[in-house]
Amino acid sequence: MTTATAPPPAVAIKKRNEFLYFALRNNKLRVGLIVVLLFLFLALIGPLLTDYPPNDYVGPPGAPPSSEFWFGTTTFGQDVFTQFILGLRATFLVGVVGGGLGTLIGVLVGFVAGYRGGIVDELLNMLTNIVLVIPSLAVLLIIAAYLEVRGVLAESVFIGFTSWPWAARAIRAQTFSLRSRDFVDLARISGMGSMKIIFGEIAPNMMSYLFMTFILQFGGAILTAATLDFIGLGPTQGTSLGLMMNNALLWSALHLGMWWWFVPPGVAITAIVGAMYIMNVGLDEVFNPKLREM
Amino acid sequence: MRRYFGRKLFIYLLTFFLAVTIDWLIPRFMPGDPVQTMLSRASMRAESVEAMTGFYTRAFGLDLPVWQQYLSFWRALFHGDLGVSIFLFPTPVTEVIMNAVPYDIFLLLPAILLSWYTGNKFGAYAARSQYLDNTLLPVGYILTATPYMWLGILLAWALGIVAGIFPISGGYSYALEPSWSWPFIASLLRHWFLPFLSLFMVMFGGWAIGMRNMIIYELEADYSHYLEALGAPRSLVRRYAFRNAILPQITGLALQLGVIVAGALATEIVFSYPGIGYLILQAIQNQDFFLLQGCFLFIIIGVLLANFIIDIVYILVDPRTRSGMQGATA
Repeated sequence: MTTATAPPPAVAIKKRNEFLYFALRNNKLRVGLIVVLLFLFLALIGPLLTDYPPNDYVGPPGAPPSSEFWFGTTTFGQDVFTQFILGLRATFLVGVVGGGLGTLIGVLVGFVAGYRGGIVDELLNMLTNIVLVIPSLAVLLIIAAYLEVRGVLAESVFIGFTSWPWAARAIRAQTFSLRSRDFVDLARISGMGSMKIIFGEIAPNMMSYLFMTFILQFGGAILTAATLDFIGLGPTQGTSLGLMMNNALLWSALHLGMWWWFVPPGVAITAIVGAMYIMNVGLDEVFNPKLREM
Repeated sequence: MRRYFGRKLFIYLLTFFLAVTIDWLIPRFMPGDPVQTMLSRASMRAESVEAMTGFYTRAFGLDLPVWQQYLSFWRALFHGDLGVSIFLFPTPVTEVIMNAVPYDIFLLLPAILLSWYTGNKFGAYAARSQYLDNTLLPVGYILTATPYMWLGILLAWALGIVAGIFPISGGYSYALEPSWSWPFIASLLRHWFLPFLSLFMVMFGGWAIGMRNMIIYELEADYSHYLEALGAPRSLVRRYAFRNAILPQITGLALQLGVIVAGALATEIVFSYPGIGYLILQAIQNQDFFLLQGCFLFIIIGVLLANFIIDIVYILVDPRTRSGMQGATA
């Protein structure tokens, strides 16, 4: 998409630098980015730090954190740290695939509805409003309940397909306001195709907005997946952070005081999603000079 | 205004129609035979499996042509017949759900309204106040990023088990018979408090942040600068900003309902609170598909009704009744 932008290069570089300058000086953005990268790093190198399989009974049951089992063990003697690392990977996968798909559908629907207008807009808007009102978790619930084998990837795809409406609505409104600008009219008069106008003229002007949409979708997908896993409709193979909390509750980790089982997964989700939200505010300040607080 | 209402109503009817269709479609067109799946997990003797297969095939109406199945599904729906629960065997699904709904209303309504009100007030107060912005808003962000069930688990652990102040499971003490006596009501309230608190806290963070951002936008708007230039007192400018900022927050409430409901379901599961969320958990664990589908329909109906009420409130608050074109999320 970015290759389509071809303004005079000198201006582009200068503009980039300006954003970069403010981005690097923005504390919210810095803190958020560091937290997310930290967890991403942990998820990537994690498997090197542990040599236990996630679901095997490798240690004494219900042991508190120690040098051998960093996050302790479950009631069955599974290593919590190994499960945590794998859950972290699943979380990032859901965020990227689910959030990415949600953004993509939202962007396409929003662009087409906003740019075309008329009957296409009416129909797409109606579809958006309908999907917006139906609680996505309820639909995911009923789909997942009837699937016998569920994987993290399938879960992400379903989440992506149900989470796009608000993005579509917001992007449609933005496209609407850009559609009647002079430079878009000019492009239209010069005989450019609709797709080329949308991706060459309109999209670059709301790149920051699209990026922020993705961040919010990323966080939302993670939270939805965690809820779904917690209800017991998560992946049937493998592990995830929501599933860990589900198991901890199911096998009365609360009553046994095994905090090391249910605290880490929640901390990870909260930290990643919270960091995303804070990054989003930081980006808003970077892109919107009015909001910068000097 | 009539046009606005007509459109909304049309959308809601269409949504309901679509939801019922999904509810009908998914069990029938998912890979695998729902009846076989259900029975294979129940592990029964051979002859009873045969009898049960016959029963469920007829119950689902799988021996009829597809369009007839669809019509009879609607017919049954309008008679309030959602099938019979498997896990609470002879009880009809409608009755099981009706017993759970009061708990949901009792939990959700106060949590939503109180968090919305206090969150908005607090967000408006915190906006552009350097100290609050830097100390308490990060807390707001962390709260809204917290998965509902995790906060529930933490509260249950800290206040329920470690401190031992509140009970952590059930809707009332199992030592009591449901009745309208003081001990029973007190027990009801004690069991209600923790689920309420965890829902309230997560939502509060979201509303406070949303309001804070809205107010900052409003304070940067031309009319605010104009008022300031005229020498209007700060409190007056803020009051105008608040009234403008509250409108997207009402739309935001409608947009957030789905997330809130999902959160409530998870919270009820943490506390074994006998609402729809807990029913769903039991339905999944017992492979009770009729109950699950009934819960799905009830959630949809509840959300549609709530949306409709919010629309009416919006008309009352904003006489221009813009149809909410600016994508007010947050």
